[in-house]
Amino acid sequence: MNSIGLLLIVLVYLGLLFLIAQWAERNRNSKWTNNPYVYSLSLAVYCTAWTYYGSIGVAADSGLNYLPIYIGPVIAFPLWIVILKKIIRISRVNKISSIADFISLRYGNSRFLGALVTVIALLAIIPYIGLQLKAISETFHIVSQTSESTNIFFDTSTYVAFILALFASYYGTRYVDASEKRIGMVTAVAFESVLKLFFFIILGLYVTFYVFDGFADIHNQAVVLEHFEERNTIGGLEGAVNWMMLIVLSFFAIFLLPRQFHMSIVENNRERHVQTAIWLFPLYLLLFNFFIYPIAWGGNILFDGQGMNSDMFSLLIPQSRGNEFMTVLVFLGGFSAAISMIVVSSISLSNMLSNNLLIPYGFLGSLQKDNQERNSSRIMRIRRIGIFSLIILSFLYYRFFIMDFSLVSVGLISFVIVAQLAPAFFGALFWKRGSLIGAISGVFVGFSICFYTLLLPFFLSSLNPDSLFFKEGFWGFELLQPFQLFGLNYLDPVPHALFWSLFFNLMVYLAFSVSFKGNYRERNYAEMFVDIDKYITNHENAFVWKGTAYVSDIEKVLKRFLGEERTNRALHLFKMKYNIAPDNLMADARLIKFAENLLTGHIGTASAKILIDGVTKEDKISLPEVLKILEESKENITINKKLVETSNELKQLSGQLKEANFALLVKDKQKDEFLDTVTHELRTPITAIRAASEILHDDEDIPEAMRKQFLQNIISESDRLNRLIDKILDLEKFETGKQKISLTEQDIITTIANSIRPLQQLISNKKIYLEFNENQKAIKLYFDEERMIQVITNLVSNAIKFCDEKEGVIIISLQNNDTEYSIHIFNNGKGVNPNELEAVFEKFYQSSDQTIKKPIGSGLGLAICKQIIEAHKGKIWATNVEKGVTFSFTIPKQLID
Amino acid sequence: MKKILLVDDEPNIIMSLEYTFKKNNFEVFIARDGQEALDILKTEQPDLIILDIMMPNVDGYATIEAVKKDEKLNACKVIFLSAKNKESDIEKGMKLGANAYMTKPFSIKKLVEQVNVLLLESD
Repeated sequence: MNSIGLLLIVLVYLGLLFLIAQWAERNRNSKWTNNPYVYSLSLAVYCTAWTYYGSIGVAADSGLNYLPIYIGPVIAFPLWIVILKKIIRISRVNKISSIADFISLRYGNSRFLGALVTVIALLAIIPYIGLQLKAISETFHIVSQTSESTNIFFDTSTYVAFILALFASYYGTRYVDASEKRIGMVTAVAFESVLKLFFFIILGLYVTFYVFDGFADIHNQAVVLEHFEERNTIGGLEGAVNWMMLIVLSFFAIFLLPRQFHMSIVENNRERHVQTAIWLFPLYLLLFNFFIYPIAWGGNILFDGQGMNSDMFSLLIPQSRGNEFMTVLVFLGGFSAAISMIVVSSISLSNMLSNNLLIPYGFLGSLQKDNQERNSSRIMRIRRIGIFSLIILSFLYYRFFIMDFSLVSVGLISFVIVAQLAPAFFGALFWKRGSLIGAISGVFVGFSICFYTLLLPFFLSSLNPDSLFFKEGFWGFELLQPFQLFGLNYLDPVPHALFWSLFFNLMVYLAFSVSFKGNYRERNYAEMFVDIDKYITNHENAFVWKGTAYVSDIEKVLKRFLGEERTNRALHLFKMKYNIAPDNLMADARLIKFAENLLTGHIGTASAKILIDGVTKEDKISLPEVLKILEESKENITINKKLVETSNELKQLSGQLKEANFALLVKDKQKDEFLDTVTHELRTPITAIRAASEILHDDEDIPEAMRKQFLQNIISESDRLNRLIDKILDLEKFETGKQKISLTEQDIITTIANSIRPLQQLISNKKIYLEFNENQKAIKLYFDEERMIQVITNLVSNAIKFCDEKEGVIIISLQNNDTEYSIHIFNNGKGVNPNELEAVFEKFYQSSDQTIKKPIGSGLGLAICKQIIEAHKGKIWATNVEKGVTFSFTIPKQLID
Repeated sequence: MKKILLVDDEPNIIMSLEYTFKKNNFEVFIARDGQEALDILKTEQPDLIILDIMMPNVDGYATIEAVKKDEKLNACKVIFLSAKNKESDIEKGMKLGANAYMTKPFSIKKLVEQVNVLLLESD
């Protein structure tokens, strides 16, 4: 395949990744982007081009030695549940966006330590990125069958690196806040993880079952090779110690590599995603490693004695068979592995570079004076240029330093450098006594030894491989031989360097920490880191600070970086959380910590502290005082928690009381209204009776007809009074549940007929047309017949009262529903006011409708009907229909008790 | 002959009132609610109105408000005759401009006396 074609494929592939990232960014909360599998797969950024190509080289040249690098992480995984969750929590509450932030914050938010960690990370990772570029470049040339040009401007791989740098610098800087989640990038990396594994497995199957005839075939052909025996033994105790050291190395790497920290901590969306990662990621590594051996030894068999680069076997095998498709596939897999590493590493490095080095040591002054918009774009620009130059720098490093080294050797050196952070890092998590001086000196000593035993020889050997330095050591001191320091002579260079550097690093860290106590700020963060679980919900409380600070000053600083709106919103939320009056002038420790957190994502922990320190005046606190405050705050937190719980309970109770009270009030009011209406209704007939009686009593010459009329009035009003009392008592019995109904099986048709009969006279007097078929088939239901007659009589009487005065029509019909029968009584009178369709069933309902005359009745009839029907577990309602109104009720078919 | 308007929605109460005032030489007008009363008042200017409060359509309160606005009825006296017998009800009635407030059940004798007193005042 020619280089233009391959370049096009690379561009199309990058475009595809770009689209995936864009899509994921737009669907931030989709289940395709925000799930534990994407998280777990994104962690596979651990498997770089070094894994993809280099492991095969190691397996081919020195057998099983490729394995320890993967065993370390697998051993580390069970611990993840504890350690990783802790780191995630600490980072979340402190808005930590890199390992430099993490370590420096713990040791008193030290600007210097943050910068030191950043420098260590840069020294370790730039060569490592260079390594990935080397892999891309070499494989590009193999696949396009071109040779590397000595002039970098004529070499295609230069342009690939350049495009990559643009891609990463555009993609890595979408947010000013470095602790923001980059969903798009994570999804794209997860996608690449799937691809590289998939392509690698395809290659494995191809080599094992197509090129060869299964595993046994490869084995049979391999055993006869010259070095097979030698390359497939661990090598006794010495070999075992070497192995162990490499396992330790990779164990640390999975926590400390900036890209791993970035993916597993900063990009973690949900803590519980870790639970999936702890099985899925080891499984991924296992699958990846499964075919390494067959491919490596397949290559050894095919290219025996030809002096081929064993790192490139995975491309050379399909290429030598003329399978261009497979070759390109493998190339793309390796390309994926390389660019995920490059993109993630350069993003995390550039965050560290800007937040822990450039801003706190350089740009902070100018940022302090500018407004939010300009600051944001400047921070973005710093990061963007950072990513771009990191990649270009790595490329130059690769072109001028590591052209001739194998992939694995450079990678391991990076691991050893990064491992120097281990004592300070793990100390931060578990040891409260660890101090800043201890951490700084440990890292310094460790790195120096690492430099002496690994980096220096590495550079020297590329200049002069026969230097006496290796044999005779520094100035001829044999004990200082770089590869056999202090006479330790059975370790390979990398495990050797790791052992001594870590040993001294740890000792110095412990000794200095114990002898020089940290200041109160260190101790404060130590508490917050080690006991994170206690402070997780209100960590601002755990921050100890005493001094004078004005809210308005802090607000001004925040606005420079967050802008007006976000600042106001954040402060508002903060005040709500801690129940602080909105017009509070003085800031307390909690606000100081809160403000630092808000700034941290933008400019890093150290700069945030510097800015806040600039507008506040802090009083010195002694260490014992801090410990006392912390102790108190711990107690306070527990007490607070209890108080909050109790106050919540009280709130709930008082809410319930309020509700109950309100219900009582409503009931009271209803009762008052009811009494009012009842007394009014009772007084009306009494008034009529009294007036008539008085006339009869006082007026002796009253005409006979009038006398009789008044007596008749007295009788009918007395009856009315009695009926009213009956109904009130009825209603009261239903409402208090004293009224029992006796359900017996009855025919509802007969009951309706019985109810209508006494009304027939009235109906024919008013010339009303009544439709009801008395002769239909019996419908047996369970109801209290006497009460049902009461309901039907009431409804039909109402219908008689309200139907059209001249041509009254009443229709009674039945309907068979699923579980009940419904009875409908229609009349062609004026409808009920639509707003009062339910109110008509209330006690003493009186229509507000201006055109309806007050019904002659107690105003209790429908209320009683409702009570009766509800006692039968039925429903009653009214509906306005065309040219009239229908009152309906239901009776259940099943006997319900 | 004095004119009197009786407003109540209870026919039996109206019957007693009508008998009594006719016997006492009043010209009697009858309305079954506020609306009917206002209709009558368009053409008639009675000397006195006996007014119930709780009535359908237009209640006693609305009726007296309309009466007080009508200049032709400046001289017309109003007696509320209602079963609403709470202090607050009476106060409200008097505030609206009634000349007297009697609660139901009432004494016919006392009502007639009250009417006579009010009409004497106006003379």
